[in-house]
Amino acid sequence: MATDDYVVMQNICKAFGKVTANHGVNFSVKKGEIHALLGENGSGKSTLMNILAGIYAQDSGTITINGKYVDINCPKDAIDLGIGMVHQHFKQVDVFTAAENIIGGHSRSLFIKKNKNCQKIETLCARFGFNLDPRKMTYRMSVSEKQTVEIVKALFRGATVLILDEPTAVLTPQETTTLFETLRNMRDESCSIIIITHKLNEVMDISDRVTVLRKGESLCTLNTVETTPEQLTELMVGHAVNLHIPFRKINEDKKAVKLEIQNLTVKAPDGKIKLDNISFSIKSHEIFGIAGIAGSGQKELCEAIAGLQTADAGRILLEGKELISLNPSERLGKGISIGFIPEDRLGMGLAGGLTIEENIVLKSYQAQKSFFMDHRASRKAAELLIEEYQVSASNTKQTVRSLSGGNIQKVLLGREISQNPTLLIAAYPVRGLDIAASHFIYNELNKQKERGVAILLIGEDLDVLTSLCDRIGVLHEGRLMGIIDAKSRTKEEIGWMMLGQKAEEHHAKSC
Amino acid sequence: MNDLVLFLQLAVQLGTPLLFATLGGILNDKVGNLNLGIEGMMMVGACAGFGVAYHTSSPLLSIVTAGVASLLLSLLYALVTVTFKGNQTVTGFAITILGTGIANFSGESLSGLTLSPSFIRIMGIQIIPVLINIPILGTVLFSQSYLFHLSLWLAFGLYFYLKKTNYGLIMRMVGENPAAADTSGINTTSYKYIHIALGGLLCGLGGAFLSLVFVPRWQDNIVAGMGWIAVALVIFSTWNPIKAIFGSYLFGLLRALSIKYQNISFRIGNNDISITSQIIDMLPYLLTIVILVLTTLSKKRENQAPAWLGKSYFREDR
Amino acid sequence: MLRVVRRASMSLGKRAFLRIASILFALLLTGFILSILKYNSLQVYGEMVFGAVGSSYRIQETINKMIPLLIMGLGLSVCYRAQFMNIGAEGQFCMGVIGATYLIRLSGTSLGAMTIPVMMLFAVVFGGLWCLLPAFLKRFYGVSETLVTLMMNYIALKLVSYLQYSAWKDPKAYGFPKIANYPDEALLPKVFGIHIGWIIAISFVIIIYILLFRSKLGYEISVMGDNFETARYAGMKTTKILFSAALIGGGLCGLAGMIQASGIEKTMNDQISSGMGYTAIIVAYMSRLNPLALMVGSFLFAVLLQGGEYIQSSMRISSDIAEILQGMILLSILSSEFFTEYRVSTRKKADICSSHKTCSY
Repeated sequence: MATDDYVVMQNICKAFGKVTANHGVNFSVKKGEIHALLGENGSGKSTLMNILAGIYAQDSGTITINGKYVDINCPKDAIDLGIGMVHQHFKQVDVFTAAENIIGGHSRSLFIKKNKNCQKIETLCARFGFNLDPRKMTYRMSVSEKQTVEIVKALFRGATVLILDEPTAVLTPQETTTLFETLRNMRDESCSIIIITHKLNEVMDISDRVTVLRKGESLCTLNTVETTPEQLTELMVGHAVNLHIPFRKINEDKKAVKLEIQNLTVKAPDGKIKLDNISFSIKSHEIFGIAGIAGSGQKELCEAIAGLQTADAGRILLEGKELISLNPSERLGKGISIGFIPEDRLGMGLAGGLTIEENIVLKSYQAQKSFFMDHRASRKAAELLIEEYQVSASNTKQTVRSLSGGNIQKVLLGREISQNPTLLIAAYPVRGLDIAASHFIYNELNKQKERGVAILLIGEDLDVLTSLCDRIGVLHEGRLMGIIDAKSRTKEEIGWMMLGQKAEEHHAKSC
Repeated sequence: MNDLVLFLQLAVQLGTPLLFATLGGILNDKVGNLNLGIEGMMMVGACAGFGVAYHTSSPLLSIVTAGVASLLLSLLYALVTVTFKGNQTVTGFAITILGTGIANFSGESLSGLTLSPSFIRIMGIQIIPVLINIPILGTVLFSQSYLFHLSLWLAFGLYFYLKKTNYGLIMRMVGENPAAADTSGINTTSYKYIHIALGGLLCGLGGAFLSLVFVPRWQDNIVAGMGWIAVALVIFSTWNPIKAIFGSYLFGLLRALSIKYQNISFRIGNNDISITSQIIDMLPYLLTIVILVLTTLSKKRENQAPAWLGKSYFREDR
Repeated sequence: MLRVVRRASMSLGKRAFLRIASILFALLLTGFILSILKYNSLQVYGEMVFGAVGSSYRIQETINKMIPLLIMGLGLSVCYRAQFMNIGAEGQFCMGVIGATYLIRLSGTSLGAMTIPVMMLFAVVFGGLWCLLPAFLKRFYGVSETLVTLMMNYIALKLVSYLQYSAWKDPKAYGFPKIANYPDEALLPKVFGIHIGWIIAISFVIIIYILLFRSKLGYEISVMGDNFETARYAGMKTTKILFSAALIGGGLCGLAGMIQASGIEKTMNDQISSGMGYTAIIVAYMSRLNPLALMVGSFLFAVLLQGGEYIQSSMRISSDIAEILQGMILLSILSSEFFTEYRVSTRKKADICSSHKTCSY
């Protein structure tokens, strides 16, 4: 063990029910370094860090800080030891101001000293270069502002070890750059920073050292400068993988316009404009990608096309048929088939507490004539799907929630494809999946594309979008900033568009 | 004129047990626990208070006992909902059934008994010199029992606690998002226990007001649905103790109307309209539904129910 | 240090065992309290059981108490499965009574043999509509149905007293606030000494069972109850499903009211519901919203109610003991549910050399 290690976790084991999340994991971090914790989804990175932050208690294993054994039983213990964590889902109260969220639980005085608190926060922000208004209500904040609140919260509590769980998932490339700059500042003030990620370019970009986790075990810790993305991938997945996402070019004259969206405008119930006068079309044999910061109108776009959200103006035509006035049940009646994979699968699209059987027939049961359900048909359909997509489930009566993320997605995708859709909408279809499962999904999408299905793909990883899609539309605050050929632009250009620059503008600037 | 003043004084008296219970309910709701056990806790408070008052004639001891008795019942509620993560709605019902059962069972031997005159003198209406001379308000507010004054001060105190103190802030944090509180190093369990217990104590005082001040005797089912009105009032006041004062007296006024006037008759055109006390009794509930609809429609974020109300929290859940 | 972890799942047998154990625990605890109060708790329980099932007359009485609990429990189960948290059974029950009585006032005896079916129809419609209003407020304004249905209970109860004391007061009752007794045509006939409510109840157990587990509507209810967004996504007519569930739930509670009025009380009065609407919530919850389990659950609670009444006269113990028992059993079951989802274990400390500090959670 190197003597300058500040936090050392040894032999950490943690199981949830029958699932082992960590199995004898070793991990250590020094003062004044940025340490990347790399692994696939489900490899146990978050679990390990949640143990350090006192959210989970390890089943066995030891933690030492500065050479002393510590027993972290609850978040308070962790805070007292100077450990702060920025969770993937921010732990904030929406109806509090930034300041209230930051000081809540920290200040031990009886009365709230509002002005003094705000001042303290402003001083702290100035020191590390954060831009934050402590009096702003949290529910009025953007995602990146909320993230800043979480980081400031940890620092305010005196964190010297800061853990960030997938911090860049919700940020644009530009916001990511800013975040990384602040993290480097903090490192220079001799903080230890642990960043959980599965993105290799980030590891290469920011970290000093990297620890790779696979299937709940820690493989090794390397100096970042001495490694390569290829080596890291191989460690992460366990075998050499082809990270290349295949792209099939299909002859233009085979393509025909399937979906046409004209001047689509959608408003939220409170009158806020969510989609502003959007027009584009998708052809058969085409994957059309949508890039944008989370919350730029992606959800509304998908749901408007799927008929779950009423449009305030504009037209949506599928094979020339107007969809706007039809709700989902009327569409089923007219034989219009749109497959839709929503972003939060257990939030919409599947009923987690029901069985696979019951979920399989969700879209087809209405076609049955009888008053009663045909349970035998459901079982057959479920058996077929389990076989075809190699879903690992003990039987068709297993609840969907008890399946793993990849298998849940297979059930959903399989059901949607079995409806022979004309248009397939997939919102973040690989979110939370490991590399193998992700590639399974990419291949399925490509297969559907070859069959002539028009595909709308909402993505967050620009690398994936640019390699999988034919064309990409970029959304910013509900407006379509431009439609570009996926193969002819750089990620940075798309990033600028995500931040609100028109395609032409930026082009003009760079020229 | 004099009639009106006396009527308002009665309305305030009838509003006082409601105010105690509503404040108790606000404490519960704000820390994230929907407590439908208020009725039962008031019953237990009323019964325990009266029992001790009869045997000792000590005002302080009887009030403390009333508070402690319902506090114990509310701890049982906290045990089931917080530690065992039981369904809050059903647990609340169970507490009401249990509390009503215990109070009626133990109260059987107390019915028909009267309290000592000295006790009633202390607990009953006190006239506050000088202030009593203020027209109308003097009689309405300054010829009331000590418990009435306590309830008012408690309401202001609770308001201040919720808005201005760090503990109030933390407690609201627990009710809005226990995960946020927990990761901030707060012991959410103990915050819940403490505030549920204090809420129970206040409900007990509300019950004690009925059996020691207002009636003052033991009757079967003495609370008679006031606990449920308090549940309504918590929403009616949008979880704000100051609004709870006005809400309680408004509901007290309605109750006073139905007690004072069994039948109000008037003519509109050629029709005789007669409103009986039962119709007036409906009004608090109707008003609550209207307020519920209005606050939901207003969409003002600060007026909504605590976000985590009614849900249990387990740290290892994501 | 004790710590709590989620458990994977629990077998049906273990769950049943846990449930029985928790009922026994409640009985033991209450018995302990009774013995502190110098009652012989074994004797009390014995008398309660004897009072509930000790003779054919008492069994009949127990079944009379079970019928409304069972029918309301079935209706509530449909609501709860659709995540419509209706706690307004008491009010819907009262509206059913009002509906049935209203028909009698409208038609008197002129309907002849059709009186009872039409009364039932009125009761179902009145109860159903009373439950539809909160469903409407939930669907279109997003108002919490728990609180609205609770408030509407009191409005319905006050409406019953209003009718009893003013509008529908029997002029022949010498000023006594009472509503005229139903005519014979409006009284439920008896089969095996118990009014035919029991046949109706058993029919509905079967009907609701089929509805929930075999029909499309039942499937839609369970999808919507599990995940509203998914139901919308699948093109289900969510408003229709919600309103159907509310109408079935409220309608059955109303029907229970009519059966109580016509089979037992033979009139309407403001004591008729006597909290049964709340007991039914508990019964539905205890029986995990399963129609077959509801038969057992409602019988158990009927025994408690009937036994409680019996010991009041036989041992001169207040029938409130039954309420205390109800509360204890319920709290005990609520707490036991914890162990179906979580496991308590002690943390291995073997490999921790020195402890930093402990947190008492």
